[in-house]
Amino acid sequence: MTAFKFSKENAARVKEILTHYPPDRKASAILPLFELAQRQCGGWLPKEAIEAITEMLEISLIRGYEVATFYTMFNLKPMGKYHLQICGTTPCMLRGSEDLKGVCKRHLGIENKETTKDGLFTLTEVECIGACANAPVVQINDDYFEDLDEKSFLKILEDLKADRKVKSGSAIGRQGSAPEKRRPHAKSK
Amino acid sequence: MLKASDRIFTNLYGTHDWHLKGAEARGDWDKTKALIAKGKDWIIQEITASGLRGRGGAGFPTGRKWGFIPSDDDKTLRYLVVNADESEPGTCKDRDILRFEPHKLIEGALIAAVAIGAHAGYIYIRGEFYAEANHVEEAIAEAYKAGLLGKNAAKSGWDFDLYVHRGAGAYICGEETALLESLEGRKGMPRLKPPFPAIVGLYGCPTIVNNVETLAVVPTILRRGASWFGGIGTPNNTGTKIYCLSGHVNTPCNVEEAMGIPLKELIEKYGGGVRGGWDNLLAVIPGGSSVPLIPKDVCEKVLMDFTSLAEVKSGLGTGGVIVMDKSTDIVRAIARLSKFYMHESCGQCTPCREGTGWMWRMLIRLADGVGNSKDIDVLEEVTYEIEGHTICALGDAAAWPVQGLIRHFRPELERRLKMNSIA
Repeated sequence: MTAFKFSKENAARVKEILTHYPPDRKASAILPLFELAQRQCGGWLPKEAIEAITEMLEISLIRGYEVATFYTMFNLKPMGKYHLQICGTTPCMLRGSEDLKGVCKRHLGIENKETTKDGLFTLTEVECIGACANAPVVQINDDYFEDLDEKSFLKILEDLKADRKVKSGSAIGRQGSAPEKRRPHAKSK
Repeated sequence: MLKASDRIFTNLYGTHDWHLKGAEARGDWDKTKALIAKGKDWIIQEITASGLRGRGGAGFPTGRKWGFIPSDDDKTLRYLVVNADESEPGTCKDRDILRFEPHKLIEGALIAAVAIGAHAGYIYIRGEFYAEANHVEEAIAEAYKAGLLGKNAAKSGWDFDLYVHRGAGAYICGEETALLESLEGRKGMPRLKPPFPAIVGLYGCPTIVNNVETLAVVPTILRRGASWFGGIGTPNNTGTKIYCLSGHVNTPCNVEEAMGIPLKELIEKYGGGVRGGWDNLLAVIPGGSSVPLIPKDVCEKVLMDFTSLAEVKSGLGTGGVIVMDKSTDIVRAIARLSKFYMHESCGQCTPCREGTGWMWRMLIRLADGVGNSKDIDVLEEVTYEIEGHTICALGDAAAWPVQGLIRHFRPELERRLKMNSIA
């Protein structure tokens, strides 16, 4: 890969981001700049981008590597088009996140940290993503998919495969984190 | 039970417009100038008198925290930092404030900035909250446009700039000094305290770090009065609180209720009861993953406030209530929390870096019934060797759930060991 450069549009964004911090504290911008670079590179952060950004912020390269490896949201290798981040921490586990992992295994043939052969999906089991009242939750790229079960999750995967539009948020039509309206004859799960 | 008129977060579920216009219609930004004109001493006094305690987990009195900012030299730069790195398993309250009530937070930030003498502030939002951070950024832009931020913010004569800073996936950055490290562009590794951030914080300047919910309730407290807020809840645990109900309840949800509401009432009334009925309850983690679980018999009577939960050797923490019914494999549920702490340990202190993983491996073994009852003793002993021997509280937070498990479910652990030895 050749040297990394921010696109024209992103370069303007970088300039704006740098105004958020005191001029002698440019290093503060490392997380937002890494994020921007990752978006520009299609969901992962190549070494060249880390090098270019540390140079831009006038900090040592090792510090760039430290930051890139410390934070889980920076992907240091190419990812599938859709990054399936299944929350596996206890609140989601209690409501069936293991089943969702099973769906990935059965229908996509991938386990944690694997990518499908067609490069469409990468699965990562992540730690609590902070939507516990809507568990189980899967974050796909930037969007949260909530209140899932095997069926609704499978439908989302099928739709993504067929390049159909998917709707983020609650799969059972809840408004935010409001309690679900009890259907009179709903069976208790 | 909290009266509807006493609710602070009237748009908790996003049923109304969260933009500036909608927020103003719900009472935000109402006479902010007049509140600020009463002076920083009045603001700190009111907040202290209201009894507001930090909503991020530790429950430190907010007014007292603000009072720690050195007052002698007004020329030093100070910073206000909003901790929106909500990642505690079981907790999802700040998310709703960020996406549906961002103006409450921004107004609270402005008032807090005046109280501590800060002209700049950062809202550190966890990176995963992408859409939520977009809402906050949009709300900040609206506030700038309306003259509520920036030079002479809200015509108060005070200049205040507020920025969003997105994290990138690290639970530890919710620890205030790790958050500051991260904000300065480094790995999120907690700093040794003292000096506390109020003296040496962001860029070496006095800094106050407050949780989202803490700041978002400030404007309403000042408008309605300290005695109103202080009149809700129980002594020393005043005001309202957003509780998050997750796990095995019929209708998981977030809800704003009074401090000190009985846990059982909270679950029955808002959570739609325990799945399969109250008698199907096994245990509850009442305040986010870091606090020890409490078994059913304790859940019958305990009140949801800092004091009552401390009395039963647990804690209110963030108010994230994780309910587990009798179908739960309690050992694996706690083991999964240990795995969480292993993943999130920053690696700085040996007891935590090594201990979190070791506890997880031990619990997995015990869940399978491998080992003998001495292992339980060793595990318990190790938790006490981790607790209190690390720079930040992540070590404690990792140890407490395991201690809670052994305290209340030792017979279950013994039973598994026995079953396995017979087989």
